[in-house]
Amino acid sequence: MMDILNALVVLANFVMIPAVAYGSQLALGALGVTLVYGVLRFSNFAHGDTMAFGTMVVILVTWWFQSMGISFGPLPTALLALPFGIAATAVLVIGSDRMVYRFYRQTKSEPVVFLIVSLGVMFVLNGLVRFIIGPNDQSFSDGERFIIKVGDFKKMTGLDEGLAIKTTQGITVVTAIVVVAALFWFLNKTRTGKSMRAFSDNEDLALLSGINPERVVFYTWLIVAALATIAGTLYGLDKSFKPFVYFQLLLPIFAAAIVGGLGNPLGAIAGGFVIAFSEVTITYAWKKVITYVVPETWAPDGLVQLLSTEYKFAVSFVILVIVLLIKPTGLFKGKSL
Amino acid sequence: MSDTQKTYALFALVAVLILGTGFVQSWNTALFILNMGLISAIMSLGVNLQWGIAGLLNVGIMGFVALGGLATVLVSMEPVPDAWEAGGPRILMGLAVGAISIVALVLSYTKLPKGWVRAIGTIVVAVIGFYVTRSVLDPAVQAVEGVNPALTGYLGGLGLPVLISWPVGGLFAAAAAWVIGKTALGLRSDYLAIATLGISEIIIAVLKNEDWMTRGVKNVIGIPRPVPYEVDLQADPSFVERATSFGLDPMTASTIYVKLGYAVLFAIVLIVLLWLSQMALKSPWGRMMRAIRDNETAARAMGKNVTARHLQVFILGSAICGIAGAMMTTMDSQLTPSSYQPLRFTFLIWVMVIVGGSGNNLGSILGGFLVWFLWVQVEPLGAALMDIITSPMAEDSALRDHLVKSAAYMRLLTMGIFLLVMLRFSPKGLIPEK
Repeated sequence: MMDILNALVVLANFVMIPAVAYGSQLALGALGVTLVYGVLRFSNFAHGDTMAFGTMVVILVTWWFQSMGISFGPLPTALLALPFGIAATAVLVIGSDRMVYRFYRQTKSEPVVFLIVSLGVMFVLNGLVRFIIGPNDQSFSDGERFIIKVGDFKKMTGLDEGLAIKTTQGITVVTAIVVVAALFWFLNKTRTGKSMRAFSDNEDLALLSGINPERVVFYTWLIVAALATIAGTLYGLDKSFKPFVYFQLLLPIFAAAIVGGLGNPLGAIAGGFVIAFSEVTITYAWKKVITYVVPETWAPDGLVQLLSTEYKFAVSFVILVIVLLIKPTGLFKGKSL
Repeated sequence: MSDTQKTYALFALVAVLILGTGFVQSWNTALFILNMGLISAIMSLGVNLQWGIAGLLNVGIMGFVALGGLATVLVSMEPVPDAWEAGGPRILMGLAVGAISIVALVLSYTKLPKGWVRAIGTIVVAVIGFYVTRSVLDPAVQAVEGVNPALTGYLGGLGLPVLISWPVGGLFAAAAAWVIGKTALGLRSDYLAIATLGISEIIIAVLKNEDWMTRGVKNVIGIPRPVPYEVDLQADPSFVERATSFGLDPMTASTIYVKLGYAVLFAIVLIVLLWLSQMALKSPWGRMMRAIRDNETAARAMGKNVTARHLQVFILGSAICGIAGAMMTTMDSQLTPSSYQPLRFTFLIWVMVIVGGSGNNLGSILGGFLVWFLWVQVEPLGAALMDIITSPMAEDSALRDHLVKSAAYMRLLTMGIFLLVMLRFSPKGLIPEK
């Protein structure tokens, strides 16, 4: 009995909790991608770098707060800096829309052209972020490190295995729930949200019923900026901030959005968790869990790790390929908001 | 000015820029720009085939280039006998088992009756195949990687002349392109983009982590060269004599001679590929491809198999990128998996194609040279500019220090703005499609 409990604790500590946190971060990122796809109808390759830009502003403001001695008690100061990051990112994406994307919208360009344009924006953002903060790792998490520590948990339960929950993991999940709830409330209950959904469903009908497309686009970018900054900051708090890693996040984020069905917000969330759980379970070394569960003589010699962590991109890619082959519209029907 | 004159003028401009570099900076730099320009031109020729002529979006160029690099190692490095003895046959067996299990997986998916039987059957086959492959492969991999890891620790290659690796690199890239094309073509265009982005990251991950094949991050150095070594040239009295008769010291003369040798080889490949592409473009096949690009539905109504044609052109374009990748690794004479950066090997090639003129082979070649020249030269220019901007600031100012250090990232910014401005004001590029 104790062995089973120990196995469960190990499983929770190394698989469940990290996967839930990572899944929430991916889900927020995928929501941004899927909103752009639903309303503006293109795959935004600049999204990873938009996240990097937002996080960078948050980090800079955090440092400024720290130098002034402002802190958020046990919570990371970055949460206080978040609104500044969102505001700066909103200015950036709406600026890029005015200067770059709007022209192609007016000329009714193909989605592929938008995609290539977003590659150009990606280049600019890449340069901008590296120019301002540099290409290196930045750690900006402060406050309490843990909600539950390994030692305390062992004392509390008397088990051999400990369970730790990092503050950043707790914050990630709570923030993700709040943000997603707010987003769905906005999309389903408010006039602007409804007009966004109408515009995504059928552009011509929406225009006929008097919806102002520029207004819809404006609010979409605003929401995307907030989602990208929050997702980026949570990821940065949980792991660390490195511009190139954010660029690489594009792949799992796109995989999440496509697995769920591009353009479908509910699907983006589901896809985020599917990708995160597969990535973590496939790259985790199962030896400890199995040793607890099976009789002693069956205990495995190796690490029982399906793939080394360097191949985590392969996991999201394989899932993506499977979904493309079997159900190209995604788990939830894609292309509706 | 007619179109032809404009084309000549633009190519003359590139020649002037490269020659100017030779006169102002050094001939070594100029030849380096020329050689990498030739390689970049080949890559953008391949991408132009995919995007310009067929309208396919490939953002995994880096992966195909890296496969070309892998080909040079596997073809031209000397085999490591100890490693082969330690686990070579078993690795081959493991790979064969892996291939068989993939075939079994595909068969079980296509042949089993739909529904639960198929779902469970496929999963069972996948799991068994994975474990059998790993159990054959893993011990052999460990044994091979244990053989003198500081110097070898890998199987080596076949020890064949390095030039053979160029077409082999093309074949490798073509094989990868076939797999991607089979899954993602025929779906929405964005899916191909995302799938290629994914495969390129995975190829790089494989190169970095499969030490038995590529030595991973330990890099393979000293890949044989198709041209003589500088040291040998400097030791050759007749070469030294000729060099002094030109008024050059043997050191510089030997490096220039080697680089010129590469330039000739690369130019031959570029000219052959350009001729082939031009012929393809003018042929009925080329007209069909452009018809498909411009109106897929109409082409389909005319009985053209759009997906098959797309697959064909996607494989061809990727193969050209693979050839270019093999050439690049040959010139570097080393394989450094960590040097493959998507911004440099995927997105920069895109800038070349778009700036040069998508749909026009000459345009994409021009873009290859011009953008590569800018990529190399913007960095020192940016640094110089930053020095001027920051000169009024105090010597020990932290901001000044930061700005000067960050000048290197100016070129990402410049390239992005360059691309956006071209797309906005001259979307057809410098030499538009006819």
